[in-house]
Amino acid sequence: MELNSRIPDGPIEKKWEKHKFDLKLVNPANKRKYKVLVVGSGLAGGAAAASLAELGYEVECFCYQDSPRRAHSIAAQGGINAAKNYQNDGDSVYRLFYDTVKGGDFRAREANVHRLAEVSNNIIDQCVGQGVPFAREYGGLLDNRSFGGAQVSRTFYARGQTGQQLLIGAYQALERQIGLGKVKMFPRHEMLELIVVDGAAKGIITRDMVTGEIKTHLADAVCLATGGYGNVFYLSTNAKGCNATAIWRAYKKGAAFANPCYTQIHPTCIPVTGDHQSKLTLMSESLRNDGRIWVPKKKEDCGKPASQIAEEDRDYYLERKYPSYGNLAPRDIASRAAKQVCDDGRGVGATRLGVYLDFSDAINRLGANKIEEKYGNLFEMYERITDENPYKTPMRIFPASHYTMGGLWVDYNLMSTIPGLFVLGEANFSDHGANRLGASALMQGLADGYFVIPYTIGGYLAGIKPGTRVKADNPAVKEAEQAVADRTEKFLSIGGKETPTHFHQRLGKVMWEFCGMARNEAGLKKALEEIPKIREEFWKNLCIPGSGDDVNQSLESAARVADFLEIGELMCLDALNRRESCGGHFREEWQTEEGEAMRDDENFCHVAAWEYKGEGQTPVRHVEALSYDNVHLATRSYK
Amino acid sequence: MTKHLNLTLHVWRQKNAKCDGKFVEYPAADISPDMSFLEMLDVVNEGLIRKGEEPITFDHDCREGICGTCSMVINGRPHGPKERTTTCQLHMRSFNDGDSITLEPWRAEAFPVIKDLMVDRGAFDRIIAVGGFISVPTGSPQDANALPIPKQNAELSMDAAACIGCGACVAACPNASAMLFLSAKVSHLGLLPQGQPERYTRVRDMVAQMDAEQFGTCTNHGECEIACPKGIKMENIARMNRDFIKASLTYRVVSGGGGAG
Amino acid sequence: MSVAEKSIAGAEARGHGFLASSVGRKVVMAASGIMLFGFVTVHMLGNTQAYMGAEAFNGYAKFLHTMVHGDGIWVFRAVLLVAVGLHIWAATTLTLDNNAARPVGYRAQQNVASTWSSRTMRWSGVILAAFIVYHLLHLTLGTVHPAFNHDNPYANFVSGFKVPAVAGFYIVAQLCLGLHMWHGVWSFTQSLGWSHPRYDGLRRNFATGLTVLVVGVNISYPIAVLTGFIR
Repeated sequence: MELNSRIPDGPIEKKWEKHKFDLKLVNPANKRKYKVLVVGSGLAGGAAAASLAELGYEVECFCYQDSPRRAHSIAAQGGINAAKNYQNDGDSVYRLFYDTVKGGDFRAREANVHRLAEVSNNIIDQCVGQGVPFAREYGGLLDNRSFGGAQVSRTFYARGQTGQQLLIGAYQALERQIGLGKVKMFPRHEMLELIVVDGAAKGIITRDMVTGEIKTHLADAVCLATGGYGNVFYLSTNAKGCNATAIWRAYKKGAAFANPCYTQIHPTCIPVTGDHQSKLTLMSESLRNDGRIWVPKKKEDCGKPASQIAEEDRDYYLERKYPSYGNLAPRDIASRAAKQVCDDGRGVGATRLGVYLDFSDAINRLGANKIEEKYGNLFEMYERITDENPYKTPMRIFPASHYTMGGLWVDYNLMSTIPGLFVLGEANFSDHGANRLGASALMQGLADGYFVIPYTIGGYLAGIKPGTRVKADNPAVKEAEQAVADRTEKFLSIGGKETPTHFHQRLGKVMWEFCGMARNEAGLKKALEEIPKIREEFWKNLCIPGSGDDVNQSLESAARVADFLEIGELMCLDALNRRESCGGHFREEWQTEEGEAMRDDENFCHVAAWEYKGEGQTPVRHVEALSYDNVHLATRSYK
Repeated sequence: MTKHLNLTLHVWRQKNAKCDGKFVEYPAADISPDMSFLEMLDVVNEGLIRKGEEPITFDHDCREGICGTCSMVINGRPHGPKERTTTCQLHMRSFNDGDSITLEPWRAEAFPVIKDLMVDRGAFDRIIAVGGFISVPTGSPQDANALPIPKQNAELSMDAAACIGCGACVAACPNASAMLFLSAKVSHLGLLPQGQPERYTRVRDMVAQMDAEQFGTCTNHGECEIACPKGIKMENIARMNRDFIKASLTYRVVSGGGGAG
Repeated sequence: MSVAEKSIAGAEARGHGFLASSVGRKVVMAASGIMLFGFVTVHMLGNTQAYMGAEAFNGYAKFLHTMVHGDGIWVFRAVLLVAVGLHIWAATTLTLDNNAARPVGYRAQQNVASTWSSRTMRWSGVILAAFIVYHLLHLTLGTVHPAFNHDNPYANFVSGFKVPAVAGFYIVAQLCLGLHMWHGVWSFTQSLGWSHPRYDGLRRNFATGLTVLVVGVNISYPIAVLTGFIR
């Protein structure tokens, strides 16, 4: 397998410009002769489907939800970054690029990140044009706020619902194309297989989640925008339905999977209350602008109510350890610091797995009204879930699995190692390196969908003769259809005793313990023993009532869990092989005396992309070297 | 440790759109008050699966009150007894030990039942598809700050844009009317300068589609406003009516302006 | 059935006719409602002359019949008839649509925001329609009035209300009118889009005040006759 990143030549700030000119174009009259499938309808998928249809391509779009408006991008709260420098505080495209490369702990591709920073400004223009009601100043101009990992205010936001508003913008653009007949939408359809003919992606197989019908969709190119695999931990901030099936199917058909071990643990989530917990709820990172994070200095104080702990007995550990960034330290650092104080026995709450996020200073300084204006909906949400009033008692938060920086390997054109298979948004690996900064996921999803894929897919399609689409009777198509039918039948016929959730929870516990915030060789090896055992039991003892020919949520869940049981293993394998600490990947063996991550640039300044070699075979690790010509490799410091 | 609850559920079970449905009783035992309502149903469903019975089908996804997927009428109220709360964020501490809970799907001709508590809300998407947007192809807008928008308008627009499209308004309305949903979109876009060019065609097209989907009409009961988990106000319906009247009074057929090049 | 299969061209098929649309018919309902509530208000005010004695009342009746050379009342009647017709038409079609919009109801329906008044509009409307027919036969045409005298409306008024059952029916009908108006008056401001948070409180108060006034004064007539205050 060859990993050719196809990064254009020239200085970093000219690469994208030059590449756009070098890409071949498809004649406007020919565009409608090409069909593109877009799987997923979140920020990346929705934006791509709408934009490609606007260009004139025939588009089919798929989502497992009942409407494209429900994709989990909707849950992003805090904001979206852009290098507008409206605040006149020293921001620029180059600074956004620099911060993102540094924030990613020097494991992202420079060229991709620079392009992301360049188009970030277009995204804001586009969204405002669509009617996204971003927060404004009294003068009617756009407001910004600051976010973790940056020293400028470059985050645009719409209350605590930025993701929702951006998604609705993309959704409306998509619906407009559906209304015009340019996009055919398939809600409640789950992609279960990728069709590869002569080495190129030519279609997908879906299951209609209402009728159970297995359908084949053939096209000239396929875009996967199906999000990340954070639900491998069972408990995460992802939606219950978020799954890795689409990218996992693609991986098994030959798409390389890059950096699976890079997962982001978000520092500010509401702590777990018990075994019944089905998901974790995020509290926006923007809260760290005004909230101060602390735990008691003494273990014996942990059981007391926060109000009874004197100021001098509180340890504001982020402010202490990282004076210049303080509570706004990047996510990986803040999460790990929380884990450390809890491991230290100084956690708070019934489970002792929690730290305080305290607004009393900000309320005293700005008044409760101002705080309510900024975070009212988040406070309300917190109170609804925990039954505690955060205006009076500090919030309790704990890290939770949130985002996966790893994903299918793509080149500069967002094309995977399978020609014709493009991967967008969280599903790919490209822009965030080993750690994603806050408010950058929305930026990347929309950048890929609105401003990258419309150009790069043209370059690919221009090389295909129109009208040469694969026919439904192609043996590769028949084979893929049969594989899906067999797999469904297999799930239904096990006849065991346990539910899909049971296995998912067990997998989640193993992943969280051994491949979560901190990892070590012994733990990862243990996980690599445990996971196959769970998987084996899954295939023997799974119970799925009902049939495959109507709505069957257990069947849907089982298919996803089956894939998580494989992906978890690849994550552990990757984590074991990356013998360094970087960003979200923290190997306990590689840390400084102060407990900070220690990178090994000499041996690991590269992307690890895994190639599937068949059932029961160990996948092969390929390497794409990363070079830093602009942002020089340095130890990340937020002190 | 707070006391756990024992509840009795009366759940609407319906195999598919074509079959008739009926209420079935299930016990929900040993429920922690810290569980969300959906986690309580998870517990019941896990029990059903282990017995080899089909679990209760219900729509859900984000479980943090924003995606708008969860939908069920709990004791006669969409999303249950707590105001401004979706089912997924409703916690069992809102219930008492020994309570009997009736669960029904959204009931509307425009929202056919797919299975049990799951309904098809595609009608909402189709309403958006005919006009709930601003026609602005990718790449075409001007600089984001070129158009100042009064803060108040931006805030009011945001209030309306907070709609999650869950359909609780339709479920709560005695007439199964979708006017709160529709008016939220009309207001979201109509309050912004970017939304002006299509303001009047938008409202006409969306109302026509709403009628074609067989939603009922607003008779100003106000149930929608109370049921809305995002606090969308009936003020929006008045605004939509206003726009609709103006649109109808001033409508004229515009002939296409395509040039010959 | 997936979303993609159902036509999104429904709007095209249904057309954009104002009167065919739900909101259009709501506007018709509101506009005709304004005429009708305007009428009952004027009717109530005119009838206060019953308290001024037979002469004033009969003079007022005569004026109504002779204004604009005797054509005025016919213009009035025609307008009212059209308003009633439109109101009933809009109400009937909208009700049918609304019933069709929810073919299967809830077992555990709970009403939170709606009022008894808003939920009984259909029934109070039907009772009012029946009442209007009776009222016309009773005090305009005299068909169902045992002692009707075309030239003495005041006598008809007094003798009519002397029958307790008749007075009772009038009172019940007025209470229905109250229910209907209280929701209706507030409702038409909403349907016509006369809403602004600053004045929204006023809309409810206006509806309440007007309803109490109209119904209160109207009910006072049969009571005044029965108690002998008007004779």
